[in-house]
Amino acid sequence: MKSSYLVALAGNPNTGKSTVFNALTGLKQHTGNWPGKTVLLKRGTLRHQGNTYEIVDLPGTYSLSASSPEEEAAREFITLGDPDVVVVVVDATCLERNLHLTLQILQLTHQVVVCLNLMDEAEKLNLRLDPSRLEAELGVPVVPTAAVTGEGLQDLKDAIARTAQGQLTPQPNPVNTDEEQPTAALYRRAEEIAALVVGNPPEPGTGFTARLDNLVTSRAFGIPFMLVLLGGILWLTISGANYPSEILAKAFFKVEAYLDLLFTKLNFPTWLHGVLVLGMYRGLAWVVSVMLPPMAIFFSLFTLLEDLGLLPRIAFNLDPYFQRAGANGKQALTMAMGFGCNAAGVTAARIIDSPRERLVAILTNNFMPCNGRFPILIVMGTIAAGSVARPGAGFTPALIVLGAIVVSVLAALIASKLLTATILRGESSFFILELPPYRLPQVGVVVVRSFLDRTLAVLWRAVVVAAPCGALTWVLANVSVSGATLLAHLSSWLHPLGSAMGLDGVILLGFILGLPANEIIIPIIFMGYLSANSLMEVQGLAAIQEILTNHGWTWLTALNFMVFAIFHWPCATTLLTIKKETGSTKWTLLSALLPTAFGVILCVLLARIVKLWAV
Amino acid sequence: MTLADLTRGQWGVVEMVSAEAVLRQRLFDLGLVPGTLVQVRFIGRKGNLAAYYVRGSVLALRRSTAQQVLIRSEGDSR
Repeated sequence: MKSSYLVALAGNPNTGKSTVFNALTGLKQHTGNWPGKTVLLKRGTLRHQGNTYEIVDLPGTYSLSASSPEEEAAREFITLGDPDVVVVVVDATCLERNLHLTLQILQLTHQVVVCLNLMDEAEKLNLRLDPSRLEAELGVPVVPTAAVTGEGLQDLKDAIARTAQGQLTPQPNPVNTDEEQPTAALYRRAEEIAALVVGNPPEPGTGFTARLDNLVTSRAFGIPFMLVLLGGILWLTISGANYPSEILAKAFFKVEAYLDLLFTKLNFPTWLHGVLVLGMYRGLAWVVSVMLPPMAIFFSLFTLLEDLGLLPRIAFNLDPYFQRAGANGKQALTMAMGFGCNAAGVTAARIIDSPRERLVAILTNNFMPCNGRFPILIVMGTIAAGSVARPGAGFTPALIVLGAIVVSVLAALIASKLLTATILRGESSFFILELPPYRLPQVGVVVVRSFLDRTLAVLWRAVVVAAPCGALTWVLANVSVSGATLLAHLSSWLHPLGSAMGLDGVILLGFILGLPANEIIIPIIFMGYLSANSLMEVQGLAAIQEILTNHGWTWLTALNFMVFAIFHWPCATTLLTIKKETGSTKWTLLSALLPTAFGVILCVLLARIVKLWAV
Repeated sequence: MTLADLTRGQWGVVEMVSAEAVLRQRLFDLGLVPGTLVQVRFIGRKGNLAAYYVRGSVLALRRSTAQQVLIRSEGDSR
C-alpha cells in the first residue's frame, strides 16, 4: 500500500474552497471573493495518520465544459492528473448550482468526496439541510463543514484518507443524460436532489445581502456610496498614517546619528559614509517611514472590502461606462486590484475571457495609481491642503486624493475608448458576473494576512530597490564633472522639458530613476534637492513643505507632480508582467507610451493655462 | 419575450437560449437551462446590466445577453 496520495480540490468560485485548502494544508495565502480568482494550480501538503496527501487547488469553476482556460485546466487535472480523490467543495447555501458541477465531476471519476461547506451560513439562513440524504442521493461520502471555524475538517480529512486508501468506495448513482441536452439533464437532477435535501429553501430578495444590495447597486445611490466609501478609506489611511510615519522617521534618524558616530569612530572615509548612510540608509528610511503606515492601513481596509464581496458590486455599477468605452465590466475589478499593485492588476486581467478586452484592461491598468504612488498623492494632497500641522485632519487631503482617483478612472475609460476605437476594434463580448452573498470578513485574520501577504511583499520589493537607488543618487549628487555634479548635469539637461510641464529637472530625473519602483521617486527627488544644500534632517511633512518651497515649488508644481505620478510609465515589475502576460514587446511599449503621453500632454496644458492666467 | 423584458421583481421560466454556442454553454453552466425559474432582482444604471436570481445565486447579465434568453413570463409571483 502506498503512503502518499494525490488529492484534487474542485468547486464553484466563492464556496470557501481556498479556506478549506488553507485549513487542510496550513499554507498561508489569500482567499478571494470574486469568480475565477484562483487561476494557477496551488499545491500544499496534508499529513494525516502517517500518510502524506498532496492537495492541488483547482481553479474555481462553474462547470467542466472546457469553455475557459480554468475549466480546461480543472477538467484535465481530474481526467489526466490521476488524482486518488477529488474533493468537491459545495456551497450549502446554493446547492443546485454547486451540485451541477458535482454531478459533472462524478461522470469523470467515482473517487469523490463532497465537502458540504458554509454550513454555518446555511444554518443562519435556516435552510435545514440533510447531509445524509445528500450522501444517499449522490452515492458518495458527504462531509458537512464550516471551514472558517474549522468545524468538520477532521471528518473531511478522515473521509479523504479512507477514500484514498480504498476503505470507502463511493458508488455514485448515474444520471441519464442521453435524452436531452447534458447540462439541462444534470441541472434537472441537481434540482431533484436539492428539493430532497434542503428542508426550507431560501426566499430570494430577503436577508442581509438583498438589503445591502438595494443600497449599493441602486441607480441613485450606488456611485455616491462607492465614492463615500473610498473617501472614508482614504481619510482613515491619511489621518491614521500621519502619526506612525512621524514616529518611524524620528526613530530612523536617531539610528542614523549612531551610524554617523560609528563611521567617525572607525575612521571610514567620507565617501563611504555618503554612499552607505546618506545614500542607502536614508533611501531606506524614507521608503519605510513614508510608505509603511499608509500601505498597512490601506491594504487592510481594501482586503476587508474585498472579502466582504463589494468589488463585484463596483463592477456592476461601473459596467455601463466600460461598455460605452468598448471594454469589459470586469476591467473594474482589475483596476481595483491595480490600486494595490499594477502588476497584480495586470495579472488579474486573466479573468476577462475576450483577448481583445483583456488587452484593453492590461494596457490601461497603469492609469490607476498603485500603492507605490499613493503616498505621493497623499503627501502632495496634505501639503496642498495645508493641514500638516494638524495631525488627524486628513479630510481635505482625502478629498484631493479622491479627486485624483476619479480623474484616473475617467482617464482609464478615455484611454480604453481610444484603444477600442482604433487599434483594438471589435465586437463587445458577453459579460456575466456573479454577485456572491456578502460575507462578514474575519477582521483580525484580514489585518494580519494583508500585512503579511501584501504590505510586506510590496514593501520588501521597494526596500530592495530603494537601497541601491539611494546609493546611486548619492553618487550622482556628489561626483562632480567640470564644475557641477552629475545630478546637476542630468537635471539641468532635463530642465527645459520639466519646466514646460510645470515641473523641474530634478522631478523628471526622480521619475526616470524611479523606474524600478514608484516608491523611491520622492526620496530621490529629496536627495536631489538636499544634496545641493547642506544636508538637513527631514522629519515629517512640515519639513518637506519647507524644502519644496525653497526649491521654487508652487501649487502648480504639486498639482502637476500628482498628475505625472498618476500618468507615466509603469514600474519595471509591471512592465515585465505585461511582457509576460501579452508575450509582446509592442504591447509592452504601448502600455508605457499611452499613460506617459497622457501625463506629458496634461502637464504641459496645465502649465500653459496657469501661465496665461498669471499674465 | 426575453429575460430583458421582465421588470424588477418579476418571474419568468427559461424556454430557450438563442445565443451562439460558447455563450449558450456558459449560460447553461450557470443554471439558465430551459425550464429554469428566474427572478429579476434589480436593474442597474441605464438599464444596461440587470441582476437575476438563478437557482440560489445572483447573476448579472448585460441587456444584449438577456435578450438572447427566451422566457415565458410568470408575472409577479412564482
